[in-house]
Amino acid sequence: MGTGETVIPDDWKVVIDGETIQRSLSRIAYEILERDDSSVPIAIVGIRTAGEFLAQRLLKKLQEIDPSKNYAYGVIDITLYRDDLSHSAEQPTIKGTELDFSISGQRIILVDDVLFTGRTVRAALDAIIDFGRPDCVELAVLADRGHRELPIRPDYVGKNLPTKKSEFVRVHLTEMGGPDGVYLLPSPSSKGER
Amino acid sequence: MSLRHLLDIRSLTREQLLSLLNDSKKFVEVSRRSIKKVPALRGKTVINLFLEASTRTRASFEIAGKRLSADTINLTASGSSVQKGEGLIDTAKTLEAMAPDILVIRHPASGAPHILAERIPKTSIVNAGDGMHEHPTQALLDCLSLMERLNRTAEELSGLTVAIVGDIRHSRVARSNMWAHRLLGNSVRLVGPSTLVPDEFAGSQYFPGGVTIHHDLAEGIEGADVVMVLRMQMERQHESFVPSLDEYSRYYGLSVAKLERFAPDAVVLHPGPANRGIEINGALLYDKRSLVSQQVEFGVAVRMAVLFSLATGKGALPVEPQSVEGHTQ
Repeated sequence: MGTGETVIPDDWKVVIDGETIQRSLSRIAYEILERDDSSVPIAIVGIRTAGEFLAQRLLKKLQEIDPSKNYAYGVIDITLYRDDLSHSAEQPTIKGTELDFSISGQRIILVDDVLFTGRTVRAALDAIIDFGRPDCVELAVLADRGHRELPIRPDYVGKNLPTKKSEFVRVHLTEMGGPDGVYLLPSPSSKGER
Repeated sequence: MSLRHLLDIRSLTREQLLSLLNDSKKFVEVSRRSIKKVPALRGKTVINLFLEASTRTRASFEIAGKRLSADTINLTASGSSVQKGEGLIDTAKTLEAMAPDILVIRHPASGAPHILAERIPKTSIVNAGDGMHEHPTQALLDCLSLMERLNRTAEELSGLTVAIVGDIRHSRVARSNMWAHRLLGNSVRLVGPSTLVPDEFAGSQYFPGGVTIHHDLAEGIEGADVVMVLRMQMERQHESFVPSLDEYSRYYGLSVAKLERFAPDAVVLHPGPANRGIEINGALLYDKRSLVSQQVEFGVAVRMAVLFSLATGKGALPVEPQSVEGHTQ
């Protein structure tokens, strides 16, 4: 991951193309600023790995829209907060958290690629709270595919993607060896894989 | 990479070593937060069984476990059934019945952790120092201290000249570091009097590919990137390995002046506890070239990485404990 060009298989269906990703991020940036209360500083926090790159792009859009504002930026790795550590067969990789600013009193915009069960966001919220007491936390996602297992909802959504629970959604970004795009993978059960 | 136990550095692959070191680096940040705790090992039990004196290793294993939210308990020889004459395996069997996930052991006999790994297979064993054999987490924290000071990743920690000075013969710290630096691709010089640095260490079973032996301090540390000073093991002084501590200090004690003259760019490591004025001079201990304080800080991160790695990843394959080649007390 993250090295070399990724070749997209023929049977992956594009559900959000590169242009739409950029347009969605612009729209989300405007929506974030609409709710801006200038007395509360804004911090953009990406969830590793794809959320980190989306957060960087969102930060750039925000700075373009209003260059006079300062935004804090950070990334969090939720590995140590996962609820499936004892069940996972694979050795989890620790990617590291970088929040080099005080989050207390900040309006945190948490950024991730796909919102699905909500478990990643739950872990991310726990991680954030360990760093202090933010003014509020809002959630921005590129795609919301439903099937929540926890009471979590996004504040900003690039696109709602109706999917079956058994389907797989993959996000590719140029930062990870792109090209940009969100793909729906053929359901493994229908192809008899796994 | 999957690890079942951490018994020594010798049986690690290069990938396992790099992965532990890179993970350790990520854990440094957790100890710098205001809330120094993550829930990763909630519900896991870690027993620290220390049958030999220790301050930093024991404290840092305990802190590491607690910062990962594991339940940690500490047992020492005094105040436990060991004092009543219970043997190691019986003690371990008793502890095993309480279903700990990880047993961290320090023991005066080389190979004790390996025996436990065979006898209590359901528990992951971590060697926190066994006799004169190995002290794997010490080598890991020494390497992490170097990574941080030299601003390198584990993969980049190669091509260095590491001089280890002092009582190599009795040192598990030296042995673990020798194995680690072999895997990383660094060259090692062993420096000390011939009684404490036997010539057979060169090119021996300990270090295929060879280390060089130096009985002269100036020659041994000249141009080195890293000088690791070992503790003079005072408890062994009745065995007459050196004529007197005074004489040892004169010939092999490291000071700011000697370092400036022979290895001005070197960083200094000491596993602690230091005998000030014997193997290292007090001024050097907290000099800017000394990594002593960082070694203690990174010790916690390294032990967090080890505990996390052993407690997660159920696909971990049981590895056959290797037989211990070395001295047994």
